[in-house]
Amino acid sequence: MAFKKTDAKNSGVMQKFEQPGQDKHKVQNPVRTILRILSYLKKFKFSAIFSLVGLFLVIAANVGGTYSIKVMMEITLNIRAGLASYTDLANAAGMLIGIYLVGISASFMQQRLLINLSSGIMREVRDAMFEKMERLPIRYFSERTHGEIMSCFTNDTDALRELISQALPNVISSFVSVIAMFSMMLVLSWQLALFVVVILSAMVVTVFRLGKRSGKYFMLQQASLSKVNGYIEEYIEGQKVTKVFCHEQKVKDGFTGLNDELCRNATTAASYANAVMPIMGNLSYLLYALIAIVGAYFVIGGRLGTYAAGVATLISFLQYSRQLAQPIGQAAQQINSVLVALAGAERIFALLDTPAETDQGYVTLVNAYISEDGTITESDKPTGHWAWKHPHNDGTLTYKELKGDIQFENVTFAYEENKTVLHNISLYAKPGQKIALVGSTGAGKTTITNLLTRFYDVPEGKIRYDGININKIRKDDLRRSLAMVLQDTHLFTDTVRENIRYGRLDATDEEVYAAAKLAGADFFISHLPEGYDTVLTADGKNLSQGQRQLISIARVAIADPPVLILDEATSSIDTRTERQIEQGMDSLMLGRTVFVIAHRLSTVRNADAILVIEDGKIIERGNHDALLQQKGKYYQLYMGMAELH
Amino acid sequence: MIKKLASSVGEYKKPSILAALFVALEVAMEVAIPYLMSVIVDKGIRTGDRGTVVLYGCVMVALAAASLVAGVLSARYAAVASAGFAKNLRARVFGKVQDFSFYNVDKFSTGSLITRLTTDINFVQMAFMLIIRVAVRAPMMFFVAVVMAFILNSTLALVFVGIIPVLVVALVILIRFGFPLFDKMFKMFDAMNNKVQENLTAIRVVKSFVRESHETEAFRKASEAVQKAQKRAEKLLVFGMPAFLFCMYGCMLCVLWFGGHFVINGKMSDGELSSFVVYVMQILMSLLMTAMILVNLVISKASAKRITEVLEESPDIADDDADPSLIVKEGSVRFSGVSFSYSKGDNYVLEDIDFSIAPGETVGIIGGTGSAKTSLVQLIPRLYDVQKGEVQVGGIPVKKYTLKNLRDSVAMVLQKNVLFSGSIRENLKWGKEDATEEELRAAAKTAQADDFIMSFPDGYDTELGQGGVNVSGGQKQRLCIARALLKHPKIMILDDSTSAVDTATEQKLREGLRRELSDTTVIIIAQRISSVMGADKIIVLDKGRINAIGTHAELLAGNEIYREVYESQRKGVN
Repeated sequence: MAFKKTDAKNSGVMQKFEQPGQDKHKVQNPVRTILRILSYLKKFKFSAIFSLVGLFLVIAANVGGTYSIKVMMEITLNIRAGLASYTDLANAAGMLIGIYLVGISASFMQQRLLINLSSGIMREVRDAMFEKMERLPIRYFSERTHGEIMSCFTNDTDALRELISQALPNVISSFVSVIAMFSMMLVLSWQLALFVVVILSAMVVTVFRLGKRSGKYFMLQQASLSKVNGYIEEYIEGQKVTKVFCHEQKVKDGFTGLNDELCRNATTAASYANAVMPIMGNLSYLLYALIAIVGAYFVIGGRLGTYAAGVATLISFLQYSRQLAQPIGQAAQQINSVLVALAGAERIFALLDTPAETDQGYVTLVNAYISEDGTITESDKPTGHWAWKHPHNDGTLTYKELKGDIQFENVTFAYEENKTVLHNISLYAKPGQKIALVGSTGAGKTTITNLLTRFYDVPEGKIRYDGININKIRKDDLRRSLAMVLQDTHLFTDTVRENIRYGRLDATDEEVYAAAKLAGADFFISHLPEGYDTVLTADGKNLSQGQRQLISIARVAIADPPVLILDEATSSIDTRTERQIEQGMDSLMLGRTVFVIAHRLSTVRNADAILVIEDGKIIERGNHDALLQQKGKYYQLYMGMAELH
Repeated sequence: MIKKLASSVGEYKKPSILAALFVALEVAMEVAIPYLMSVIVDKGIRTGDRGTVVLYGCVMVALAAASLVAGVLSARYAAVASAGFAKNLRARVFGKVQDFSFYNVDKFSTGSLITRLTTDINFVQMAFMLIIRVAVRAPMMFFVAVVMAFILNSTLALVFVGIIPVLVVALVILIRFGFPLFDKMFKMFDAMNNKVQENLTAIRVVKSFVRESHETEAFRKASEAVQKAQKRAEKLLVFGMPAFLFCMYGCMLCVLWFGGHFVINGKMSDGELSSFVVYVMQILMSLLMTAMILVNLVISKASAKRITEVLEESPDIADDDADPSLIVKEGSVRFSGVSFSYSKGDNYVLEDIDFSIAPGETVGIIGGTGSAKTSLVQLIPRLYDVQKGEVQVGGIPVKKYTLKNLRDSVAMVLQKNVLFSGSIRENLKWGKEDATEEELRAAAKTAQADDFIMSFPDGYDTELGQGGVNVSGGQKQRLCIARALLKHPKIMILDDSTSAVDTATEQKLREGLRRELSDTTVIIIAQRISSVMGADKIIVLDKGRINAIGTHAELLAGNEIYREVYESQRKGVN
């Protein structure tokens, strides 16, 4: 919680959006990010602490084991010299077995706990991300590509998991190991240890320089990799067009250029990255050789005690020097993946820190009895009637029947500053009226519905629903009272039945069938291989666009809302089929306030009012006949004399 | 499979071999160093001979330095080879996909092709790098170190014979049982990611039905399933490390215990024992490395398989029977007894199609959703091959032309059309590479696109985003038509290509086409009767069969489907 500086995070997000790909691999604030990752450990205290204890024990066993080798060697040489007995050797072996057993079981425990830890944290992070995603305002989604958000869920969480389950424990373990081994070396012979320090620090400097270089080229490689992948994506998606134009060779040539660039950058990056291990490994052999010479002089000179003690010390010293190089090399090699993971974690946290959709609404929708004289009483069971429950400042409550009366008063709106989309719009829809919105793409038709559903809030002007300012209505309740059919149908991977039931989760099967019949979808559904139990796939391969649209209409029918928004709902259905479902649509629209956005003027003809919108202004309003008589824009459109984009 | 992929090493064979060679050199020296140490102990320290110490010490330093050089060189060559291999493989797969016919693309689906070209190739590249570096290094280290151990003391070396099989068995068990568990885990991941993807695209639906909690609940379930599968899979792997430690520690104890006895009894020298200890480490470490490669290779095996599938797919349409000298002379089209199915089976979407179109005619095709209008016209430029019957263009079967000659003469504006990132000019030039400014503008004018292009501040140099995101649907369609016009085709096919264009502009566009393409055969698929009513003839398709062919007046008088469509669009106009 201490790290929640929402404002700063947000501005970072915006910058990233403006310059996609630029800072994609840069870590903004590594310390804060690491601390925040660690804060997740709180919930897994037990696993975290014991996993850490396990880690220390593994290191202790490793370091102690090597020391025991020295002890056993020394005893062995002493036995030969007649200075020790086999019992001593057996005791030392027993001690070594004990140390090893501790190491083995600690390693098992540590890894086992680490799995609990990492999979638990990852689940928590994922759940938090998804929950947040569901609560984000629509604006968030229109400002980013789906790929960007998706990559946060897949690549970034993956990198984070690796950080928690591998890189972080490795770094801790390397750090502790180096200290522990170095301490042991000091104990064995401080002179030799000092000698090691000098060479070792040279090694560390070399490796970290190398790591830094490699990091730079790694970023270059990632950048050209995204270029290549972007090209692949674009041209595979447009492959059919390439075929039709016989453009294969050109496309291949374009690819070659990018591919060569990637190859160059990848070669450089990998040359550095690959070199870390051999350099570390072989420098440690160099160290080994140097220690051997110096150590041998020490032993001969008697500085390491007796011959037996000297040789044994030297041998274990050599082991330590080999082992010491390993964690350092590992840490250096993991720098890149740590950076990638931290950058990913920052994107995850940026998502988590994005403010959710805010809602100051306090008017709620309740089931209600409406008596003859119009008094409304609240009910906790479905009654078939709904009412707005409106608490007031003075503590009183009033109820107002839900009718579907919509009023826009001087609404002005802009998605971005200085780019006004709607200018001073006023419109009125009485309950049960059908209002059609006609106009070019970008004229502001969809914006009107975006405001009505409070996907975006109105800064200027007012929208009233049954006389209540919609800003006072709780968003969930407001949306429950409206239903939308969009041009792009979105169905879920589930059965047809469940997809229709999505409109009202407690609907019975009979209600599902009735809704499908109403939408005119029942016929084709019963001809599907498994009828209502046919599982739809997300890409909708098994249904035509028109059929998917019919299901989405059925889904709205079952929701039974008083207000309906049809945003180009029938544009992907051919006119003959449209005519077939017209009856269903008519009965669906009966008694509801309906907003119709349509391209085909034939679908808006019988609307109670048609609003022609151009550049965010209502330029004409009236019913079909009145507008035709007016001989204005609508007349021109209808007669095919003007153009809609 | 491996052979297929390995052929992409190509010109990088030399660096690949050099990388492996230098690794081998490095290993040889690494194994020699501990041996020299035993000499130092036995001949130098024990006898107090400082000269021997310095001599062998210097040899050790020299070997370490040489090993360093070999290591760095092998790293460099491995980098060159693996990046080059990936480049070749990527180019090969991409080129292969470019040669794919529509049928091949449909079979794999675009999404899956993209994954194969990006993620899968990355995995295979990493595997390749592992192979040329570690897969040579680890087994070689193992082998040489074991040999050294036997040379030092063959009795003591028997320890390995006892312990290595234990390790191998443990490894096999882990891989054998671990792999299916990981497979299951990946499936769970897919299902979970699918949920995210779905919610991203359908966020408006979720919000408008107020189903946020419902979806979150569903996601939690998927997320929990992932966690469970992950735990199950990884908990098995957890046995790996302790098992390895057990073997390593076991070896060490045996060596120290029995080796100690040998030293005491004079059967082994002090130096030999000390270097034996180092070999224990080297041998077991190389085994651990081998295990790690195996796991990695198993993971990338799936990727390798998916790439090989693409490479092995033969383009379903090729120039086999083509005569390169044939060119399309005129724009007549003839279908005789054509049946067609996408699955190449008997699930025909088109059956018994017979009709012919004379050069220069304009033909409309009308039919409901799913009546196979698109399938029909796709047969003309041979985007798919028919199963029965024959399609002729210019009086010659389409299979006789090379694809290039055929498609250069048959322009088709697809229903789901795509513009590429780049300027409008670059996009239009797809139709004709060396088109002059005049030609470009003339085509754009005919397609009713010139006006809006010129209204952009940058005119023809306006940059289009990927997929042409910054123009409206109707504008995109008109650009696509202009692009096709630049080909000056003999046959022009418009597959519902003006659906987003308003009727007035469409009217102008049709007039333009009629004027400019008076000799060109034009085939128009449309939803709107108004788009086709002026055609020389109209084909009415119903459920994959021709229902009627005739002029607007004839069909209106005699065809029920046509009349119904007409009525549905006319209603209320009177």
